[in-house]
Amino acid sequence: MSNTTQLLRFITAGSVDDGKSTLIGRLLHDSKSIFEDQFSAISKTSEKRGMAAVDLSLLTDGLQAEREQGITIDVAYRYFATPKRKFIIGDTPGHEQYTRNMVTAASTANLVVILIDARKGVLTQTRRHSFLASLVGVPHVVLAVNKMDMVDYSQERFDEIVAKYKVFAAQLGLHDVHCIPLSALNGDMVVDRGDKLDWYKGPALLELLEKVEIDHDVNTSDFRFPVQWVCRPQTDEHHDFRGFAGRIEAGEVSVGDEITILPSARTTRVKEISTYDGKLQTAFAPQSVTLTLEDEIDVSRGDMFVSADGTTRCANAAGAGVPSDGPLPQTAGSASNVSGAGTHFPKVRKEFEATLCWLSESPLDKNRKYLVKHTTRTAKALFSRLDYRVDVNTLERHSADKLHMNDIARVAIKTQQPLVFDSYEIDRATGSFIVIDEASNNTVAAGMIA
Amino acid sequence: MKLVEDNLRKHTFTHLDALESESIHIMREVAAECRNPALLFSGGKDSIVMLRLAEKAFRPAKFPFPLVHIDTEHNFPEVIECRDKLAADLGERLIVRSLEDSIKRGSIVIKDESKPRNPFQSVTLLETIAEFGFDACLGGARRDEEKARAKERIFSFRDEFGQWDPKNQRPELWDTYNTRVHAGENIRVFPISNWTEMDIWEYIGREKLHIPNIYFAHEREVIRRNGNVIPMSHLVQPKPGEKVEIATVRFRTVGDMTCTAPVESNARTVEEIIEETATTRITERGATRMDDQTSDASMELRKKEGYF
Repeated sequence: MSNTTQLLRFITAGSVDDGKSTLIGRLLHDSKSIFEDQFSAISKTSEKRGMAAVDLSLLTDGLQAEREQGITIDVAYRYFATPKRKFIIGDTPGHEQYTRNMVTAASTANLVVILIDARKGVLTQTRRHSFLASLVGVPHVVLAVNKMDMVDYSQERFDEIVAKYKVFAAQLGLHDVHCIPLSALNGDMVVDRGDKLDWYKGPALLELLEKVEIDHDVNTSDFRFPVQWVCRPQTDEHHDFRGFAGRIEAGEVSVGDEITILPSARTTRVKEISTYDGKLQTAFAPQSVTLTLEDEIDVSRGDMFVSADGTTRCANAAGAGVPSDGPLPQTAGSASNVSGAGTHFPKVRKEFEATLCWLSESPLDKNRKYLVKHTTRTAKALFSRLDYRVDVNTLERHSADKLHMNDIARVAIKTQQPLVFDSYEIDRATGSFIVIDEASNNTVAAGMIA
Repeated sequence: MKLVEDNLRKHTFTHLDALESESIHIMREVAAECRNPALLFSGGKDSIVMLRLAEKAFRPAKFPFPLVHIDTEHNFPEVIECRDKLAADLGERLIVRSLEDSIKRGSIVIKDESKPRNPFQSVTLLETIAEFGFDACLGGARRDEEKARAKERIFSFRDEFGQWDPKNQRPELWDTYNTRVHAGENIRVFPISNWTEMDIWEYIGREKLHIPNIYFAHEREVIRRNGNVIPMSHLVQPKPGEKVEIATVRFRTVGDMTCTAPVESNARTVEEIIEETATTRITERGATRMDDQTSDASMELRKKEGYF
C-alpha cells in the first residue's frame, strides 16, 4: 500500500433481483479481497442450498434474520483495497420500505452505483434511486447495466437504456454519470474486462472506481469550522491554553487569518493551529485540529468560525438581529449570499426551508417540538410549514399535512437558537441536519437546507 | 518553507489521515455530548490505536474519560503488562473490573475453567457500566472484523439490558451523530469502525506505537487441534495423544488465552506484518478466534446480549 492511497466511499443501489449482492461479491472476489475462510463458508452454504455454483451474494448477507429470509435488511459496510485506492462500500437494500437506508448510506458517499437489469431497463425504482442520489448530493453516479449476458451482450440494448437514462439524469441535475455494461454473474467488465463486451471502450467498474476524481468533492474555498469541544487543560504547563477543537468542514485556514465567529459576529485572528503532531501553518478540510485565537472571546461548542474576508455583509445581517419571526426569504441566499469572488457566506437564521426525508415509523407531528442537530449545535425546532411531499417514483408534488416513514418533503423550520448554515448544494456538512424526537431520542428525519 | 511543506501535505492527505480525522471527530463528539463516557481499553492493538487517537483528540488536556478494562483473567500476561504501562505512561486513570468479581457475586457461574470466558465478559461489562453510571463506552471494534459488526452503527444504541437490536438501529447520516440516551441506557461508540486490519498496522507503523511483543513472531509451545494452532498455557494443556511442539508464531488478535490461536509467521517487525497482512488469505478472526467458528452467528448472538 503506498502512502498516498485515497479513500473512496461508494454505495450500491438496486433491487433484490438486480444482482446487487452478486456485483459486490464479484468485485470483492475478483479484486482478491475475499479470504479463504469466507469463501469456504459461502461455498458450504451454497452447497447446502443446492446451488450449482458458489453464490457470491452470500458474502454480503450479514445477519441471521437476513440469511433466513435471503434479503438484506440494513446498511452493511464492506472494505477492500487495491494498490490505487481504499474503498468503503455501503451496501443498501433495494426494498421499497428502505428508502431511509439508502439516504443514510448515500449521505457519506462520494459515488453511487445504480444497478439496472439489462432485460428490464430503466424502472420506477431506478428513477427513485437516482432521485435519492441527487437529493443527497452524491457527486458521482455510475449506471451499471447488469445481466448483459441475458441480452446477448447487445450494444444496441445498452445504448437504448443509456439514452433513456441520460435524459432522466439530466432532469435531476446529475452531472457526472458514467454508464457501464456488465455481467456480475460472469464477471464481465467488473474487475476484468472479459471478452464479450469488446464494443465497449470505457473503463471496467473497478478501473472507474480507482480513477474517478474526488479531490473536488469537498468545498475547498469557504472556510467553515464548527467548534466541537473547548480544550482547557488547566495544568501548570498549559495554564492559559484555551483551544477550540473541531474539524474543518470546508476550505482552509492559516495562522494570522482573520476569522468571524458566528453567530456572535465577533472577529479575531487565528493565533495557532495546534495538533498532537505539532503546530501547522495551514490546515484544510477535513482535518481535525485545535485553533487558538488572538483575542479572548467567549466561544463555545456550536459556534462556527468562518473566514472574515467578505463576511462583513453576513456579519451585519447577523448583527442586525437574527430575524426571529419575520417572513422567510423568498429565494435561498437573497439576504446574505451576496457572492464576492466566488465565495459564499453562511447564513445565520432561526428560520429556514429544507428538504426533509422522514425516517421514523412515527409520523411527523406538526404540533410537537423536535430537536435539530446541525453541525455541533442542537436546537429545539418546530415545523412551521409543510409545503409539499414529493412522490419519489413520479417526482410529482402532493400537498401534505403529515409525513410518514420514507416521505420526502419540503418544509419550513423555526429554531429556538440561530443556526449558521450554507445551502446543502454548497456544503454538505453545513447544509445538513438531523431531527431527533426528544421523547424517544430516535433520529426521525434527515434534512437538507436550501 | 513551512508553507511548502503544508501544501505538500495537502496533496498527500491519505486514507489514514482521513480515517484518523474521522475518529478524532467521533471521540470529541462523545466528549462534548455524553455525560459520563469511558474508553474500553484492553491492551490489544486496536485499543492501543484508540489511545493514540484520544491523545490526538484531547491533548494537551487530559482525556475526558477513564480507561476501563474488563479483565477475563484469561489474558496473556504480556498484554496486561502493556495495558498497565501505557495507562501509566499516559497518566490516565485505568479502571479494571474482573470477571472474578462477578463470579464471587454469583452473577457469573463458570462450569469449566478451561473454556473461553468471552461469553461472560458482557455480564461484568454491564455491571461496570451500572457501577459507574457510564452513558457511553468507546470501543475499538471494526466493521471489517465480522459480519455482525459490518452492520453496526458508529454510535450503537443499547437498551437498559445492554442489548443491541440490529433491526432497530438509529439511522446515521453524514457525520452528525445522535448521542442522546435516556437514564439507564447507554451507547457503544466505535470511532475506528471504518478501519481495516491493514489500516491498523499501517497506523501502528506510522505512529511507532508500542504494542505487546506477542504480536511479533516468537517461539512458543503449541499443539495442533482441529486445524488450529493452540498456544499452551496454564489454562490449556495437551489432551492425551496430543504432541506439544515449538513453533514460530505471532498473534493477529489477543483475547482469551483459551480461544485465541496464533498464526505461524516469521514477521518480526511492523513492516513485515504489513507485508504479511497484504498477502494473507485468511480473515483476522477466522484465523485466530475459535469462539467465532462455532456458529455463523456467534458474534451477532453475543452482541445482542450486551457484548461490545
